[in-house]
Parts: sequence; structure tokens; C-alpha cells
Amino acid sequence: MLDLIDRLTRAHGPSGREDEVRRLIAAELGSRVDGMRTDALGNLIAWKGGDGPRVMLAAHMDEIGFMVTHADDKGFLRYAVVGGMGHVGLPGQRVVFPGGRVGVIGAEPVDEPKDLKHEKLFIDPGTDAGIVVGDVAVFHRPLERAGHRLIGKALDDRLGCAVLVEVARRLDASPNRVFFVFTVQEEVGPTTAGSLTAAYGLQPAWGVAVDVTATGDTPKARPPMEVALGKGPAVKVMDQSLLCHPRVRQALEEAAGAAGVPFQREILERGGTDAGAIALTREGVPAGVVSLPTRYVHSPSEMADLRDVEGAVALLLAFLSKPLPGM
Amino acid sequence: MEVNGGDRLRELLFRLCDARSVSGDEGEVRDILRQELNGDVRTDTLGNLLVRRPDPAGSPEPVRVMLAAHQDEVGFMVTRIEKDGRLRFAVVGGIDPRVLPGLAVLVGADRIPGVIGVGPPHLLEPGAKPPVPRAEELLIDVGCSSREDAERSFKVGDYAVFATRAREIGSGLVMAKALDDRAGCAVLVEVLRGEYPGVELHGAFTVQEELGLRGARVAAHAIAPQVGVALEGTICADGPAREEPHWVTRVGAGPALSLMDRTSIANPALLDMLQGAARADGIPFQLRRSAMGGNDAGAMSRALEGAATASVSVPCRYLHGPASVASLADMAAAVRLMNAFLRELSRTGFRSRP
Amino acid sequence: MTVKEFLTTLSLAPGVSGFEDPVAAIVERAWSDLGCEVRRDNLGNVIALRRGTRPTGTRRLKVMLAAHLDEVGLIVTRIDRDGFLRFAGVQRPDFRQLLGKEVTVHGRRELPGVIGHPPPHLLSAEDSRKLPEPEDLFIDAGLTVAEAAELVAVGDPVTFRSGVWELKNGLLAGKALDDRSGVAALHQCLQELERSHPAADVYAVATVQEEVGLRGAVAGTYGVDPDLAIAVDVGYGDTPGVPEHLTWPPGKGPVIAVGGNVHPILHRDLIALARELDIPYQVEAIPGPTGTDAWAMQVARTGVPTALLSIPCRYMHSAVETIALADVTRSGRLLARFVCDRDLSYLEELAWK
Repeated sequence: MLDLIDRLTRAHGPSGREDEVRRLIAAELGSRVDGMRTDALGNLIAWKGGDGPRVMLAAHMDEIGFMVTHADDKGFLRYAVVGGMGHVGLPGQRVVFPGGRVGVIGAEPVDEPKDLKHEKLFIDPGTDAGIVVGDVAVFHRPLERAGHRLIGKALDDRLGCAVLVEVARRLDASPNRVFFVFTVQEEVGPTTAGSLTAAYGLQPAWGVAVDVTATGDTPKARPPMEVALGKGPAVKVMDQSLLCHPRVRQALEEAAGAAGVPFQREILERGGTDAGAIALTREGVPAGVVSLPTRYVHSPSEMADLRDVEGAVALLLAFLSKPLPGM
Repeated sequence: MEVNGGDRLRELLFRLCDARSVSGDEGEVRDILRQELNGDVRTDTLGNLLVRRPDPAGSPEPVRVMLAAHQDEVGFMVTRIEKDGRLRFAVVGGIDPRVLPGLAVLVGADRIPGVIGVGPPHLLEPGAKPPVPRAEELLIDVGCSSREDAERSFKVGDYAVFATRAREIGSGLVMAKALDDRAGCAVLVEVLRGEYPGVELHGAFTVQEELGLRGARVAAHAIAPQVGVALEGTICADGPAREEPHWVTRVGAGPALSLMDRTSIANPALLDMLQGAARADGIPFQLRRSAMGGNDAGAMSRALEGAATASVSVPCRYLHGPASVASLADMAAAVRLMNAFLRELSRTGFRSRP
Repeated sequence: MTVKEFLTTLSLAPGVSGFEDPVAAIVERAWSDLGCEVRRDNLGNVIALRRGTRPTGTRRLKVMLAAHLDEVGLIVTRIDRDGFLRFAGVQRPDFRQLLGKEVTVHGRRELPGVIGHPPPHLLSAEDSRKLPEPEDLFIDAGLTVAEAAELVAVGDPVTFRSGVWELKNGLLAGKALDDRSGVAALHQCLQELERSHPAADVYAVATVQEEVGLRGAVAGTYGVDPDLAIAVDVGYGDTPGVPEHLTWPPGKGPVIAVGGNVHPILHRDLIALARELDIPYQVEAIPGPTGTDAWAMQVARTGVPTALLSIPCRYMHSAVETIALADVTRSGRLLARFVCDRDLSYLEELAWK
């Protein structure tokens, strides 16, 4: 699974430009699913299983990035951020454009650190060839391993993608009709466009997103939060986008028990996932989330625990193997 | 005056800009547009004006295209009539509170003039920078002497607009209120005059865009477009206060194509097609160099199972202010660009990705 | 059951956003007893249908009336080593209103508790004027660590604990009157419709998750797919420290909203009807988002003509929300008569000229 995660985080896929990730996932799934298609916004939808209730699993392909808005005559690039990203810590970071061209984030001089804003920062690609307004760069970092811990860019949410790919491969027979939806544009917009439109089309009876969540296990973490790395996947109770449906929560917790996977309960005070959009499609979809605890989310060095990721796979396999009631 | 496309566009634009059409009260603009349009035209439950142009070639599977321009503008609403006969108001949509002091407005369907006044500068503390009055602290003075007097002409819920009349300034520029998005409305009326075989064209003049893309949302649900293009008046900050990299757009440099904003990301294939069409026909265009703001494309992209969307915008200085400024040439170029794009779509069809 | 009794029962029942089952069960039973077909949808909205009488066998006008069931509340996020409970707001809490308040923790059983605070003797004058920091807040339910571990879990909802108080002049105070007052108004409306056989199909919907973003109304309106919709929520009552022009006093009648969220013909006709019935009313101009279910209902599917009635409510989002019972019954009567007078032909009037 580590190799799969390595391949997935290596792929270039800022919001709206997820093509490389989609091609990779389609190749990884190959013939291990019954079929797949890409919809109007670029969601990759694969399916597998029986004729039972429709279950939609969602993980988002996109990552945060930097869209070039201006190139000056010396080749310095101004950018707009794609997705939620602070400016602190950006100077000196390396970013990479499609095709592999690397740039460094530089800063105009400022009197006070607090004066530093995105408008004062720029990307320096070294040479001026080939980059145009509209190109999007992402953080340039390899995946590292420290014991059970994984460190890398775009663990949000390639870890979720890896979980879905692994579940799709290992799922022998499910009585349920399972849709593996690799969504686009989760990191941007007032509602996540990809999961919203995919769920509208699929009309699932159950919706489950697999995404990263914050943790409370770092020094003086705020707000106080139970979730920690290495204690198993988290079953979400609520975040800003969703109050998880009690039946979905219960089914996920029971599946964790059946699989012998330790789990944590998660309440996230800031942030949301694809499940928030899925829940509000058509007449409403009972929805929940399996979360992967991750430190330093939206930084070039996100950190997660491989055991939690593997736990999420086992949890979901148990969840899908049981016939789920229609809603 | 010679009657040609340019004059027709300007004449329509001026009428549209001078009409009162604050979000939720779009009747006047809707009436003007209805007179300009023929064929299959209807008004939906929210007040969107929806025009359908069937594929002139009668193809079995035409590309279903939705072009959206919004009817509404930012403005004011009377929230209470005070004892002294002045009108308490709320701002509709986003207006910079710094433009309010010293502003003339027209209140209600009868366009009764009123002014938003502040105390004389003589009474300010010398040398100190006075605070910006908040909209809640200001009142519209309509000259009435008491609540009873005011209640004869006004009621809670009346809308008010900037008292600006559209006019030309400099060479080829227009100054008017509500260029966002009457510029888009005028462009869309012109585009709907064309014929595009292979395309089932829907023109949606939407309501309540400034309140959160609400008209476009229900219109797109009804139309189910494969391709959606928002025709907008967009932000432009090409003045001396900012450096060139942060201008977003420049007036006179052609219509602006959005890369992304806070509500949507332009479909790359659509963006390529728009740029290709512009280059092939020698139509000037620029890329909109910001990810801020939002428009009806956001609602179209999310409708039903999703649509490929883009935005073609006329750069407007001083957007959401009493007097914004745009270029007639940019508008004419936007019409030509949409003509060329739709013809290209006729020729090649559309695939949302390679 | 009188409206006062019904509202009192509703007010005392727990139903934090996302955890509305206890209060939903009361409404389900009450509306079934009134002869409606009642169901709960995927999100938990209670949807009661009173079928219209005319025309039979073909399409009838579909009217949706909505008020929300959920109340603001808290949720347990952590159990401390000493048995104290840490919490977050299910929606952002009003930090002025937390200290010293009685709560109920809905664990394995209902556990009374209090939100603790330091003795004033230990506070500097300056500290006592500052709002508490969220991380300093905790619930003391008097539990030992072992009891807490057994009885409470992360994710358990917490409600404010309050009685229902009858104030002078027909005012009622208690928790969750936002928007159980609206639900009571719908109840009053359904009671009146029992006697009057309206032509239209009336859907009374007690929505869930309004306080976290109108979520119940989003899904519920899609499901009902109404021809027109009216939300009943609470509005700001007159309150010390709040500018008079932002408030509407309880007892002077329901507030009929005007603005982008409201179809102008519905607004006009509600006012005309209130005048005809001699029901006092007030008018509120809301140019933008109303922050009520009406905002979501208007843009469901291809759009819905929508109106909004507000019951004036003092001290919103507290344990002592205060309304006038008369405004509740007036709203119910107004809705009932409005519905009775209308059939499919009304849609032509709602078409934009």
C-alpha cells in the first residue's frame, strides 16, 4: 500500500486540473472493478458489487496549489492560491508545474513579518521558458517514511484515494452496489462541486467520504480534540459541513468492531468534506465519514500513520461486505 | 446617428443601466429585455428570463449551451421610516461603505430622489481622520418632515438605486451604474441574434446573482446545460493605486476569460476553445488575473450532474459603485468572441476533456 | 392539546441539530393524531401531509409550510482525566451565555450538569469583563472518571436546561422557542385545517438542522417539490442594547418579510389577508439572506415562490427565549386561512408579469 500512496502523492493534481491523478487511478483500478466512467466535471466513477442498495464512497483527487496570474518580463510569477492556504512558511518552499518544472517561492522584503501576504510573494522558476498565466503549481516534496508515519504533500486526500483503490481491489463480493467516486474540486468553492454533482447522478442510499482530519495530539493543539495519530481511523460525528447520519455512524462503528480495527470518534470544529455535499443532494442522503488523522494538513509536510490508513481499508471492507439496508 | 451594431449595443446598454433592478426587484430590466427578445421566451418562478433557441440545423444531439447574464444590481432597501421622515436603509449586495456619504439615490418605482448626507466637515476634529460611517448609521433624506408625511410616498421594502445616468466619457468609454451586469445582458441580447447550427442555445437573464447566484441555480436546474458561460461585468483595478500585476483586468484590452474564482474553475477545454476562437478571428482578449469574486458559472457548474463552464467578462472599473466605467469596444469584442466560440462549437461539438 | 401545552412540551424536549429524534417523535405523534399522513425523510425532517379535497384524482396545488425543530446546543468532545466534560458548540455558541448555565448531557442516560466557572473572588476586575476562552470551558456533571467513561461518549449532545416560564401579558419564556414556536404555529394551522377542508395539499414540515445551515430545508423541499412555500421562524424581539430599528416587539403580531427571498405577490396577499382577518402584523425588510429555511426553499429544484413569517422572539439562542403566545396562534390562523383560500389557479397570479 505504501507504493500506491507514493505513486498517488507524486501525481500532480491541483483543483480543476486532476487529470494526471485520474489517469493514474484508472490504471491502478484496471479490471479490478466492473466498470468506470468520467463525468462532466471530471469525477472518476468506478463501480463494483451486487444489486443491493447503492453505496457511494468518495475521496477527492485534488490538492491545494498555486495558479499563475501574472508573469513579469524577468520571469517572476505572481499567483492566486487554489484552496485554503496561509502564507506563513511559504518563502523558500519548492513548487512544481505540470511536466516537472520546479520553482522556488520568494518574497519581497517587508518591514514586519506580519506584512507578508500572498501578494508579496512570487514564484521564481529560475528560467522564463514555458510557464503561462493559468498554469498551476503544487508543493514539490517526496513521500518520506518514519516508522509507521508517512510524511508528504497531498496526503489530503491521496490517502483517501489509496484507501478507495485498495478497497476496490480487495472487495471480493459485496451484496451492495458500491460506487468508488474519486472527486474533483473538493478544496475550492462554497460547496464541493465534484461530490455534489456525482451524488446527484448516482442517487446513493448511503454516502461515505474518506478524507483526512486534524488531530489534537501536538503540543498545545487548539481546540482540544481527541483524535491522535496511530489510534486508528476516525469515525466522524460532525464538522462544519455535516452532522453525520446516526445510522451511518453506527454502521461504520460496528464495521470497525467486526474487523477488529480500533477507531476514534471525531468532532472537527473547522472544515468539512465531500460528505457534506453528498448529504444534501436531492432528498438528502444519509452520510458519514471515515477520517484519516493527519497533522499539518495543507502544508508541504502532512503527517499520517500507515496503520490508520490500513485500518480504514479493513473497516470499509467490513462495512461493505454486510448487506446494507436501503434507506 | 448611423445605426450599426455598435450604436445598437450602446443604446441598449444605456437603457439597461438606467433601469432600476436591485436584486429581488428586477422587473424593469426584465421588461426592457423582453421587448428586445423574440421567440421562445419565458419567465420562471424566481423571475429569471429564459430564452430558448432550438438548434437551427435540427441535429439529433445538439450541444446544450446556457449563457447567463444577470439582471440584478447592488442597491438599497428601505427598512424603516423614522419619526423625522428620513428613511433607514439596508445595503443590497456588496457596496463599499466609503462611497455612501454624499450620494444621491432614487427611491421606489416612482424614482423619488433622496440624498445620503453626513455632517459638515467643519465640525470634525481638526487634523483627525474621521471614521467611515457604517451604512446602519446613515439615513436617506427625502425631504419629508415626519413619518406620516413619508408614509404617503414610501413604504418599508422599497428599493433604491444610485441616481446615476449612463453617459459616454473620454473616447469609447461608458460611465454608468450597474455595468455589472448590464454589460453582460447587452452582450447576451446581441449573441442571441446569431444562428449557431448544432447548438441548442439557452439565454438566461438571471435574478439575484448578487445575493449568491440564486437565479442561475434554479435556471440551470431547468435547462441542464452541458456547457455554461457566464457573461459578466468583472472587477478591474487598473488605476494608479495598484501595481500592474494586481490589476486583475484592464479596460480596453478585450473581454476577460476567467481561470478560476471563488465559485468555479473554468473548464480547461472550454478555455482553450475560447482562446482559440479569439486568436483565429483576431479578437482581443485577456485572462482575468485573480481568483477572487464569483459569478453564475459557479451555479451552472454545480447544477444536476454538473456542466463545463467558463466566464467571459467585460472589465468594469469601480464595480458596485455609483459610477462604473467600461469600454464599448470590450463589449463589442465580447459579442464577436461569443459568436466565434459558438460557431466553433457548431463545427466541432464539445468534449469536456481530452 | 392547546397550543400552549403543545409548545411547552416541545420546548422541554431535547433536539440539538442533528439529534432531533426526541422532539421529532412528539411532533410525529401529534400530527398523526390530527389525521395527517406523516413520514420522516432521509435527513429526519418530519413531513405531514393533509390531502386537499379539490380537484379529486388530479393534480392539486402543493403548499409547503416549514418551521425548524432543532435547537442550538453543545456536543461532548473529550472526557477529562478528572471526569469533567469538554465540549464544542454544534453551532458557534454565544460565549456570553455559557457560564453557570444548567445543561443536560444526553449520554447513556440524561445527566444534569452545569458549565463551571471560577469564583469571582479570584478574578481581577479586568478578567471579569472578558469572555471566557473556549478551552477554559467545561461541564461538571458530578461524575467520577469511571462514571464518565461508562455514561458519556465523545459525540453525545448537550442541551440547555430550562423550565417554561409564563411571564405577564401572555409572554412565554424558555429554551428552543426558536423555532418550536414556529412548529406550534404549524400545529395550530393543521388543527384549523381539520375543520375547513382546503382544496390544496398541505405539507407541514418540521425541518432538522436549520441552525447549522438550513440543511433539512434543502433536502426536504427537494423531496416535497412544492408549488409555493412559507417558512415560519422567529425574528428579533425588542431587546435592551439592540437598536430599535432592528427589532419587532412580541405581541404585536407576526412579522411578514419583504425582500429578495420573498415572492412579492405572496407578501402582498399575506398582508391583505391579515388585514381582512384583523390580525395585527409587522413588516420586516430583509434585502439579502433571511437566514431561515425560506432561503433554502426558494432555490430548490427549478425555484419555489416563497414567503416568510417571523414570530418576534427576545433573547434568541438563550435558555430564556421569550415570545408572545398570541403571535403563535395568529401565525397559525393566518397560514390556515391563506391555504384554505387557494387552489391551482393561484399559480397564474404568482407568474411574473
